[in-house]
Amino acid sequence: MSVIPAREEILLTASETRALIQQMADRILSDLARPENLVVVGIRRGGAVVAGLLRDRLVAALGRQIPMGFLDITFYRDDLRTIAPNPVVGATDLTMTIDGRRILLVDDVLFTGRTIRAALNALFDYGRPECVELAVLVDRGGRQLPIQPDYAGRAIEAGTRETIKLAEREKGEWIVVCRRPEG
Amino acid sequence: MGSHLWNRKHLLGMADLSREEIQSILDAAASLREVNRREIKKVPTLRGKTVINLFFENSTRTRTSFELAGKRMSADVINMSVASSSVKKGETLIDTLATLQAMNPDVVVIRHPESGAQEFLARHLDAAIVNAGDGRHEHPTQALLDLLTIHDHLPLLDRSGFEGLVVAVCGDSLHSRVARSIALGLRAMGGEVRFVGPPGLIPPKAEEAFGARVYHDMEEGLDGAHVVMALRLQLERMTVGFIPSVREYFAFWGLTRARLARAAPGAFVMHPGPINRGVEISSEVADDRERSVILEQVANGLAVRMAVLYRLCGVGGGR
Repeated sequence: MSVIPAREEILLTASETRALIQQMADRILSDLARPENLVVVGIRRGGAVVAGLLRDRLVAALGRQIPMGFLDITFYRDDLRTIAPNPVVGATDLTMTIDGRRILLVDDVLFTGRTIRAALNALFDYGRPECVELAVLVDRGGRQLPIQPDYAGRAIEAGTRETIKLAEREKGEWIVVCRRPEG
Repeated sequence: MGSHLWNRKHLLGMADLSREEIQSILDAAASLREVNRREIKKVPTLRGKTVINLFFENSTRTRTSFELAGKRMSADVINMSVASSSVKKGETLIDTLATLQAMNPDVVVIRHPESGAQEFLARHLDAAIVNAGDGRHEHPTQALLDLLTIHDHLPLLDRSGFEGLVVAVCGDSLHSRVARSIALGLRAMGGEVRFVGPPGLIPPKAEEAFGARVYHDMEEGLDGAHVVMALRLQLERMTVGFIPSVREYFAFWGLTRARLARAAPGAFVMHPGPINRGVEISSEVADDRERSVILEQVANGLAVRMAVLYRLCGVGGGR
């Protein structure tokens, strides 16, 4: 397996990431009519991290627990043939009932929208939520489906060859990096 | 990193699988188990794929397990049972294959009484082939489900991996493709296998071929073992008198509570099923929910077969 030389650039520092999460949490809270009805669902793997960070802020502000679940959408992807045959498979963990709940679906980076499409399909195999909203830390554009975020930390225009991902700088310190192939 | 772990078109046996390949199946199986606990036990992963179960030998358990595995992944599953007693085996087989090929399946799951039949079939079909048992040769999905079950219990044995794990495979390993496959799988994972049984029921050259240490004494063979796997006495595969009597067999080779006490603390009992109570295992041991994980094996079998179909369709089966 050859390693493609790539340049890596920090898109969001740890403190910028923290600030964006706080801003998103504030906006979510201002729209929130019934906190008791909220369920946070993170999409593995990056979305699970952002969901945890967001949930912590929401819990701190509301002074009450908020149920959180995780979705692994590997088995709902539409690209079984074209992706590498060995996607890392995580576990879906949705133990609470989602019927009639307000679901805050969380991912780290929103790109084509295909992951969200798959996540919605997965979610509806577990029940019938009252509504689903989408929160993403970074919206990088390039949508291939009619899917838009309700809450986005930062919107950027990234080229298709660039990879944008969440990375752990130090324990609990998350940054967002952009990797683009050289040449 | 994890992107080139599984590149095989077929799953014919454990013999040539690497540790990483085995782990890639176990990982997928571990997360697919969750699907089987949901209210809606189905994922759309293999929608539009066709899986044919081609069984030249009766097997309700394995066939049902593969059938359900395919259905829970949303594949279309067809079961074909073919009588194996035909004398014109070669001819029949070629004809059957032509029929199958015309249906353009993505995966064909095959059980056949002749060792090596699947390798022949793999040369004549475009589909991915899964060996669901061939004669005395291999039964890789059984070994994979056994490995998953063992993996689940490693923490209870205070272990983090398979290295140094001692698995005693007891009874008729000569006629058992399960014994061969699990021995090969454990060897790949770094575990230690013992074949425990009477001299007439141990495959020749067990040490060279499967890396198994041979014990002709049940107590000695169980001594310090972490996992005890009792094998079914396969009377239907025995053409001549391999054992004097079933009662005598149990007296010498039956897995009883007293014998199990020789194994390591926390050791647990496995059996590929169907069990012969009072032949290779006592009811007391088989039904002991503290020690016996036989029903977990069945549940894991379903998840492992889902994982195998998933990996194969991701490589060659998904044309």
